[in-house]
Amino acid sequence: MARALITCPKTAQRGEIIEIRTLIAHPMETGYRAGPDGAILPRNLIRHLSCRYFDGHDDVEVFSAELFPAVAANPFISFFTTATASGTLRFSWSGDNGFAQTERVTLTVT
Amino acid sequence: MNGPLDLRGWQRRRLLGATAGIAGAMWLRSAPAAQPDLAAAIAAFAAGAPVRAGRVVLDIAPLVENGNVVPVKVEVQSPMSEADHVKAIALFNERNPQRDVFVFHLSPRAGRATVAARIRLAGSQQLVAVAQMNDGSCWTHTVDVIVTLAACVEP
Repeated sequence: MARALITCPKTAQRGEIIEIRTLIAHPMETGYRAGPDGAILPRNLIRHLSCRYFDGHDDVEVFSAELFPAVAANPFISFFTTATASGTLRFSWSGDNGFAQTERVTLTVT
Repeated sequence: MNGPLDLRGWQRRRLLGATAGIAGAMWLRSAPAAQPDLAAAIAAFAAGAPVRAGRVVLDIAPLVENGNVVPVKVEVQSPMSEADHVKAIALFNERNPQRDVFVFHLSPRAGRATVAARIRLAGSQQLVAVAQMNDGSCWTHTVDVIVTLAACVEP
């Protein structure tokens, strides 16, 4: 289980645009680099991130990202979303070697 | 009389050869500047729509000391309404082993078409941010960056 960090306000006004910042610990090995023995290190990437907003009855994908080797190690991605109703934000990362991780953040909308 | 004529002919051939050599060198120099694969990657993302400059701001330091971690921010001028919003934001590079950097998919729920990430750059190069609107039109911003320590090359 990789360490993930999600920075997002706990409470927001209805209709407020909030910034979400995500960071996950991952080497993002490109498959183009040689290791200490000169052999090419096998590719190991996070390829996809998706953020779904569940507000009690609708589960909508509000943001998704496709990542390539040019994304730095420990991928940091930030984006915005509109706070529509109290609910949960679900972040799912997936990648090579069966990598999959899901984190949840609750948001209270007043 | 034959001697000086032959010499002149030899000199002319040498001059012609040298001129051809210079022209060849200039052609070799100008060839990589076109970067056909970068243009092809952008055209594939645009899916046939015209790609115009404007509406997009790619925010990146012009002088990068460490190519392994380069913060970038892309802002697109858009009301982000159902009728007019940004569908996707992509970033392309010129000199990394692969042209794609990332593709982010947005919806009107985003509220603001601003995204940020940290990327790798293998050397000084051009970066192109492309925003695809819901009507299919594409807008770009191109930035040149100088990289002191290239990613991928140094372990």
